[in-house]
Amino acid sequence: MARVVVDVVMKPEILDPQGQAILGALGRLGIEGVNSVRQGKHFELDVSDDLDDATLTKLADTLLANPVIEDFTIHR
Amino acid sequence: MSVRVGVVTFPGSLDDQDALRAIRLAGAEPVPLWHGDKWLSDVEAVVLPGGFSYGDYLRCGAIARFSPAMESVIDGARNGMPVLGICNGFQVLCEAHLLPGALIRNDHRKFACRDQRVRIENAATAWTSGYQPGQEVLIPLKNGEGGYVADERTLDELEAHGRVVARYLGDNPNGSYRGIAGICNAAGNVVGLMPHPEHAVESLTGPSTDGLAFFTSVLTKLVAA
Repeated sequence: MARVVVDVVMKPEILDPQGQAILGALGRLGIEGVNSVRQGKHFELDVSDDLDDATLTKLADTLLANPVIEDFTIHR
Repeated sequence: MSVRVGVVTFPGSLDDQDALRAIRLAGAEPVPLWHGDKWLSDVEAVVLPGGFSYGDYLRCGAIARFSPAMESVIDGARNGMPVLGICNGFQVLCEAHLLPGALIRNDHRKFACRDQRVRIENAATAWTSGYQPGQEVLIPLKNGEGGYVADERTLDELEAHGRVVARYLGDNPNGSYRGIAGICNAAGNVVGLMPHPEHAVESLTGPSTDGLAFFTSVLTKLVAA
């Protein structure tokens, strides 16, 4: 078994209203110096050792992320 | 024999009953379909209703896209079967890549629920032939993730080929790029729409009866075929 992490975040050009809401809350918390927040998703997968990279890319590209609006990174 | 139009119920669908009712009022035979059944019961057109399929887990419409019923809907849509996705159904059609672009959280971060003025931009699709081009209609809108987005090239292509089916009038209710309320595929048989025509088919319960023509349009097309 191996642990694979897939991180998904909205593409930079797509508005992230949730990130903006968090940024607003940081201001109300009195924290300064944070210029922007992008919210994303973090997936932890336990996979067989022989699961190949192409399969991982496929599952990230077709299900975990919507490539129209999101970018993903796979950490093996 | 009357025309059979199906409505797929997913776990979390909300507007399936209203869609079935609209189909009946339009004069077709409404056929309830279940997401777990691949067999579409010989329907000639399908409506994907509004709601929160699979609890909107992962992304709106992302899980529904892989349901057995959707496999058949995708096949049918590619072969010319009329498919209308309303609200969550629109999200499912985008996730299934039957329509380009995606729907994201409203730019103002609040759920929008109101009667919305919309202009029918393309009255030649399977679902809008009963309207006049440029006709203004008033139908309910209710969404939290209704912001239509796509890259500039895709938006230009949609505009150039008349594939923007409906556009919001007045204030943009959810931050949709270019005020887009609905689009269609190149063939015009697949339409995705964020506002809800199925809630505007009777004067007792809707702000108008302007939505009924979506359902009579497809009936006219199928009877003529």
